[in-house]
Amino acid sequence: MTPRPPVIRTKAETSLVESFAQASASLPGGDAVRGARTRAFDVFHERGLPHRRIEAWHYTDLRNLMREAYPIASGVAAKAESGLRVAIQDGVCTLPTGALPAGLKLTAMRDALASADEALIHALFPDQGADDAMAAFNAAMARDGVLIEVAPGAQIDAPIELSFTASGDAPHGDISRCLVMVGAGARASILESHAAPARVQRNSAMIFRLGEAASLSHVFETCAASPELHVATLIAEVGKDAAFSSFAFVCAGEVLRRQAFVRGVGEGVKIALRGVSLLKGKQHADTTLVVEHAVPHGESREMFKTILDGEASGVFQGKVVVRPHAQKTDGGMKSQAILLSDDAAMYNKPELEIFADDVVCGHGATVGQLDEDQIFYLMARGIPRAQAEGMIIEGFAREVLEFVEDEAIRERLGAGLSGWLARRAS
Amino acid sequence: MAAVQETVDKVRSVDVDAYKYGFVTDIESDMAPKGLNEDIVRFISAKKDEPDWMTQWRLDAYKRWLTMQEPVWARVNYPKIDFQDLHYYAAPKRTPGPKSLDEVDPELLRTYEKLGIPLREREILAGVEGAAERRVAVDAVFDSVSVATTFKAELAKAGVIFCPISEALQTHPELVRKYLGTVVPVTDNYYATLNSAVFSDGSFVYVPPGVRCPMELSTYFRINEKNTGQFERTLIIADKGSYVSYLEGCTAPKRDENQLHAAVVELVALEDAEIKYSTVQNWYPGDSEGKGGIYNFVTKRGDCRGDRSKISWTQVETGSAITWKYPSCILRGDDSRGEFYSIAISNGHQQVDSGTKMLHLGKNTSSRIISKGIAAGRSDNTYRGQVFAHRKAKGARNFTNCDSLLIGDACGAHTVPYIESRNASAVFEHEATTSKISDDQLFYCMQRGLSGEEATALIVNGFVRDVLQQLPMEFAVEAQKLIAVSLEGSVG
Repeated sequence: MTPRPPVIRTKAETSLVESFAQASASLPGGDAVRGARTRAFDVFHERGLPHRRIEAWHYTDLRNLMREAYPIASGVAAKAESGLRVAIQDGVCTLPTGALPAGLKLTAMRDALASADEALIHALFPDQGADDAMAAFNAAMARDGVLIEVAPGAQIDAPIELSFTASGDAPHGDISRCLVMVGAGARASILESHAAPARVQRNSAMIFRLGEAASLSHVFETCAASPELHVATLIAEVGKDAAFSSFAFVCAGEVLRRQAFVRGVGEGVKIALRGVSLLKGKQHADTTLVVEHAVPHGESREMFKTILDGEASGVFQGKVVVRPHAQKTDGGMKSQAILLSDDAAMYNKPELEIFADDVVCGHGATVGQLDEDQIFYLMARGIPRAQAEGMIIEGFAREVLEFVEDEAIRERLGAGLSGWLARRAS
Repeated sequence: MAAVQETVDKVRSVDVDAYKYGFVTDIESDMAPKGLNEDIVRFISAKKDEPDWMTQWRLDAYKRWLTMQEPVWARVNYPKIDFQDLHYYAAPKRTPGPKSLDEVDPELLRTYEKLGIPLREREILAGVEGAAERRVAVDAVFDSVSVATTFKAELAKAGVIFCPISEALQTHPELVRKYLGTVVPVTDNYYATLNSAVFSDGSFVYVPPGVRCPMELSTYFRINEKNTGQFERTLIIADKGSYVSYLEGCTAPKRDENQLHAAVVELVALEDAEIKYSTVQNWYPGDSEGKGGIYNFVTKRGDCRGDRSKISWTQVETGSAITWKYPSCILRGDDSRGEFYSIAISNGHQQVDSGTKMLHLGKNTSSRIISKGIAAGRSDNTYRGQVFAHRKAKGARNFTNCDSLLIGDACGAHTVPYIESRNASAVFEHEATTSKISDDQLFYCMQRGLSGEEATALIVNGFVRDVLQQLPMEFAVEAQKLIAVSLEGSVG
């Protein structure tokens, strides 16, 4: 193993470590949960905030980016809403009022934790991503979130919305952990949207467990005002013949690290991770994926498009792991970036780790600027330069946006894209 | 798609058990005592009768090395190396400074004959048809020293200096001092620093301005002694507007214990110069149980220092228990160009972690990376490469293509590319072209009566040939035999 240099704790680290000491007694859950929390905290305690020397965090140096850890909010619950809208304010869950569709059960995570059985604990504290310091900190500290259970065979048509917000304007941190269990043959979709007035440090985790032939589509979006620093962890375990897709639309927030650990554990899984990031100013967005095929006949598709303006920086680190015997795996990974400004930077690392000999895996990564010929073509037809650029970027981004299944969400994200481009042009 | 039978057979024929160069030459050696300390460093320096500044340079490197840690980031596993359990210097005993080949130990000459390396100029001339166009000057390095260098006189006529680096330190100290350590600094990495302290020999090439080197230059490395490490250092300087093509080959006897080879190669290309560096690496890979074999921890780097300069690396890697090498190009001059062509075949328990770095610093620099990895047996084959564009590297271009192929289900193939762009006008493409065989091409071939598999093999082999054609003729034949394989069924 990599020998680690002795850790000199930064101010932020020290206060995060202290926050666990203060909170641990009051965190919900019995002894088994407490045991899992302590193990997770030990990982964080040993590793500290990730920095450049940690390979998976090479381009997002949290030691540097998180100079100060804001106090973790005690939490003000939001007002309950109707429909399928779960509000998570300052990490505290408020369930919607009114009847839910058949086969859908929502429970506040604090309540689920308090009465958690072994199976739930196992699902809530998986081994995937367990050695990542920030995911471990989330596991140790999460007080609340939501548990979504979709009964086998249930078909939930409308998206279940998880709306993450923050109260007040004092700088604070919030932590939440959500678990989505989709039973065999069931289908559901989740919309995860993140907002916050400025100066919030958020650490959120979404865990998905898909049963046999289940189907789940997940959309992650940032809203106009997003956290200053956000580490979003996604962990998914996909069962036999199940389909999991996740789409991320990122256009706000100062520093965003999205990390996904997805594992296909049954034959015939279909995994799709896609996203569009629109970055400007000094924004930094990091997408790091580990997709693991443990059994034969799996399929995975990753496609990420990043558009960078100003001094923004983008990171794509994708790793497809094909375990021995996971024959007939079909993996395709692509990251494309357009740099609109000379001060922007893009870092790509599309990795493959393959131990089976009868697989098809490919990866591609491109970085470039807008094609002058294309701009010329449009300008020759009387379209002003700014608009021509916008059209080309829009075409570039929409190629992946088309994969969003829910029409209403797709249109809204499309409008977000057009709005971003319009603001850039003006 | 699984690998086709033809490929499987070819790879088997270069399996570790089939290693042809595993014999030992029985020759008396002059060895330094085991272990590493300041005295050993001084001992090596004294053996070479080096100037004081060189001794000091080595000692500084040694002191620095003591403070460093072994790198562990590569995807290779091996027991910890005991650096005190090695001989850092081993040389065949001989009369001091043989004037001609007649004075060289005949046992040595036989060794090289057996390896198929001609050291006698007249034989080279007599034996080969059309020899005039195909002569190769050879520097033969045996354990820690260079035993013979051919065609020196003729090269000197053209102004080309080609000699062991220990000799260059005597005859051209100003050139060595000016360039040594400027591409791979003493402090670069653990093994490069170790090499700086204890390197014993290697080749030195200087091609004066405007000269096209009249023949291929070549160094042949042979490890023979037990418990020795080989630390050679190669320095090639192509002055303005010159051209040189250099080949390197290496073999070692079969032994049960692992041996360390930690070389440093530095290339400097000044304005409009071009260096072509080819390697056929065939160190002893260990037996089929993974016992023995060479640890090949090499730092190779080229500096395109002048505008419009070009450096091209071509490597065919089949040997070594562990390979850890990343021939790189620093594209400093405007309009400079770097190329990397690699075929790495691993078998048995071999572990390969290889790739390249293309650092774009100058304007309109371009680079191209073509890497083919083939893993069989229980081996692991990793491509690790970095492409970087500095803010000032306007118009930088890179094209990367790395494919890998697995034969059997006990091996692993990995790809770890780093693509870092800090500049909007840089255009980087990275891809795996497995899926790139166009239907049109397939259709064209099949229409002419080839089966689908034959057609695919034809197209893909045509593509691999791109890499092979980069090799100078003498090596191309050997390498082609080695890797007449189809990459059908390869994965990105």
